[in-house]
Amino acid sequence: MRYPTWLRRHLAALRALLVLTVLLGVAYPLAVYGAGRLPGLKHHADGSLVTSHGRTVGSELIGQSFTGKNGEPLKQYFQGRPSTGGYDPAASGASNLGPEDIVDTLPNPELGKTDPNASQSLLTQVCARSRAIGEFNGVSGARPFCTPGGAGAVLAVFGHRAADGTIPHPTRVVSLNEEQGVVKAPFLASYKGVKVELARFGENYATGLIVPVRGDAPAEPAVPPDAVTASGSGLDPHISPAYAGLQTERVAQARGTTPAQVARLVRQNTTGRALGFMGEPAVNVLKLNLALDRAFPARQG
Amino acid sequence: MNTTLAGVLFIGSLIIALAVVYRPLGDYMYRVYSRREHSRAERAVYRLVGADPDGEQTWGVYARSVLAFSLLGILFLYGLQRLQNHLLLSLGFAPVKPDQAWNTAVSFVTNTNWQSYSGETTMGHLVQMTGLAVQNFVSAATGMCVAVALIRGFARKRTGNLGNFWVDLTRTCLRILLPIAFAGAVVLIAGGLVQNFGGGHVADTLAGVQQKIPGGPVASQEVIKELGTNGGGFYNANSAHPFENAVAWTNWLEIFLILVIPFSLCRTFGRLVGQNRQGYAILAVMGTIAVVSVALVNVFQLMHHGTVPTAAGAATEGAETRFGVANSATFAGATTLTSTGAVDSFHDSYTSLGGMMTLVNMMLGEVAPGGVGSGLYGMLILAVITVFVAGLMVGRTPEYLGKKIGSREIKFAAMYFLITPILVLVGTGVAMATDSGRAGMLNHGPHGLSEVLYAFTSASNNNGSAFAGLTVNTVFYDTALGLCMALGRFIPMIFVLALAGSLARQGHAPESGGTLPTHRPQFVGMVVGVTVILVALTFLPALALGPLAEGIHS
Repeated sequence: MRYPTWLRRHLAALRALLVLTVLLGVAYPLAVYGAGRLPGLKHHADGSLVTSHGRTVGSELIGQSFTGKNGEPLKQYFQGRPSTGGYDPAASGASNLGPEDIVDTLPNPELGKTDPNASQSLLTQVCARSRAIGEFNGVSGARPFCTPGGAGAVLAVFGHRAADGTIPHPTRVVSLNEEQGVVKAPFLASYKGVKVELARFGENYATGLIVPVRGDAPAEPAVPPDAVTASGSGLDPHISPAYAGLQTERVAQARGTTPAQVARLVRQNTTGRALGFMGEPAVNVLKLNLALDRAFPARQG
Repeated sequence: MNTTLAGVLFIGSLIIALAVVYRPLGDYMYRVYSRREHSRAERAVYRLVGADPDGEQTWGVYARSVLAFSLLGILFLYGLQRLQNHLLLSLGFAPVKPDQAWNTAVSFVTNTNWQSYSGETTMGHLVQMTGLAVQNFVSAATGMCVAVALIRGFARKRTGNLGNFWVDLTRTCLRILLPIAFAGAVVLIAGGLVQNFGGGHVADTLAGVQQKIPGGPVASQEVIKELGTNGGGFYNANSAHPFENAVAWTNWLEIFLILVIPFSLCRTFGRLVGQNRQGYAILAVMGTIAVVSVALVNVFQLMHHGTVPTAAGAATEGAETRFGVANSATFAGATTLTSTGAVDSFHDSYTSLGGMMTLVNMMLGEVAPGGVGSGLYGMLILAVITVFVAGLMVGRTPEYLGKKIGSREIKFAAMYFLITPILVLVGTGVAMATDSGRAGMLNHGPHGLSEVLYAFTSASNNNGSAFAGLTVNTVFYDTALGLCMALGRFIPMIFVLALAGSLARQGHAPESGGTLPTHRPQFVGMVVGVTVILVALTFLPALALGPLAEGIHS
């Protein structure tokens, strides 16, 4: 029996799909798997697992949190970069917040931090991290566009707009990311002669002109960029040598050794650019912390 | 060495590597597509398929074969996802819900690899391997087949025959993609990629909590994801995930794999039409646009203009330490200039103008160098439009490669060009006009519009990258973007094959003094101009409301 042409064509398509599925979907990945069993490749193919005292402590390619029970950073360990998924490999990914995401959705003061509708803008996240990391490591956490309290320094300016879109004579100015009841005073007392108010929960400031305020923090702050920004994967195993340098003294103190000794281990766990020009120098945080645990076990308590 | 110089060397070394393989790979592909005899293995495949390898197909039959194969692919992939809980290696995951399964099936069959799911928590290993990765191969191969059919249209005369889809498909998969993929996968494992079938290791971290290190057949899928300009990540974080892209040199290799076939196909084109210089001309158009674009993404990212990048001190949000800002920008350029859409850093958090460049790259129609096959046929369509425009200026009948571009041909070319802008702009308009469309935006203001515009641009151009803040796992976006992907892939393909059929029927017009030479710098410059101007006219208003509004302020 002969099938009509259109049906024969679809049968050919089905058969082609099945044949190619067997070849490309089964035989090929199995062949690659087989190649991956070879010595030298097997360690990688299995996930570059790191063991210590006979148990698996992680993968040298996957970052992990070095925090205590309440999420506080452990001072004897180098800290990795901020992670959107909290270093959970089942939640890899990035914040996806844009470069001008600078206005927070303030929490209801009655609920405080537990308000599910509140959200911090990317700017405030950067500022808050910078302040906390600065404090933790004993340096200034000041950054451009950040308030001393660690929020985005952003004003809503109300008044008549001039032809160029600016507001030369404001009637009202609100600091959008500083909430009344949480912050005592705004980061700026007055703006163009108008007293700056704190933002109030539930008020709509959408008609104001959004003005981020640069402030006088240095363009290259003491806390380096990778320390205050989340990675793409949320599993970044590395930090920059600059961020490692910032943490060296703190870790040395916590472990009762000298910064020079810790710096030596940092250097040993730093990879330069591949072939001298690919990528950026990076410090592997898990390997560094393991080396520290071996060389200078942290004092208990 | 400073970051800028290292970034320049990174781009330079990629250009040199691509130049080195241009001739050998292009010549090899030429031999694959022009050889008459079939190997024993190939004969066995043809017998199983039930196809006559020496039976030539007209454009209509070729197109129907492409469509039948793609339709079956969609149904098969949909079924796999819906039934995955009954399959081996499902890791205990539930069936994918219908709208998402439809979206994903269309996405992988159309070479888009848009992902509204998160790989590590949705897809079992078997679906990844036998469903998604197989489509990575065959969707790429389909694009290359259509490109080769179009080239045959230019090269042949007075015939209706464009070759045989089943032969082209089999050869592309087995002779071109599979060997490179296997070698590449092994090299990537050496760099640190995983290749196992486990469900993951539980590690006890130094801080005393448990962390589940995932597994999977990643290397085998990663390599074809780049080589076939597919882009669908095994994990949610795509090529930013250390198990997909472990070190700085795997990043280099993945960018190389993305670009190698699309560029080298220019050589294949030159050989097939019997004039290598025509291949170099097309290569020059692609290369010019690509270098300028990649340089601009790098410049914008390294300058890190904008409030948050200035506060941070660098555009490091969403970027990995081991790659750094510059190499991430180069990856972003390569992935959007082609139809890949893999990401090693997250475009949504790019500077306004850096992010805009990735959007513009896709709006160019992904022709520089574009997806495997699709980039070449897209660029040839632009060349046809260019000779037509040039012909209007001097008042002569336009010709390209000895074929007259008459009203029938230019209609096919124009319709090809119009499909994607219509899908992008109408789709974005509908999304912004409906509550379910607007509800998906993560960011506010112009950046929210950019997210939606990016989604429809990416889907309609079969790219698959995203301003990933947009919540797209909704019935609205799964359905709408699925439609854009399908229409944006197959309607242009039909016009390309129709054009090929129309060209093949013609004889060769002898060159005369009035023929516009299509291998000189003048022509290269004109094609670049036509490409950029057509895109600027089409999309500038939309860009002005999104990334330009966001990026240009005091």
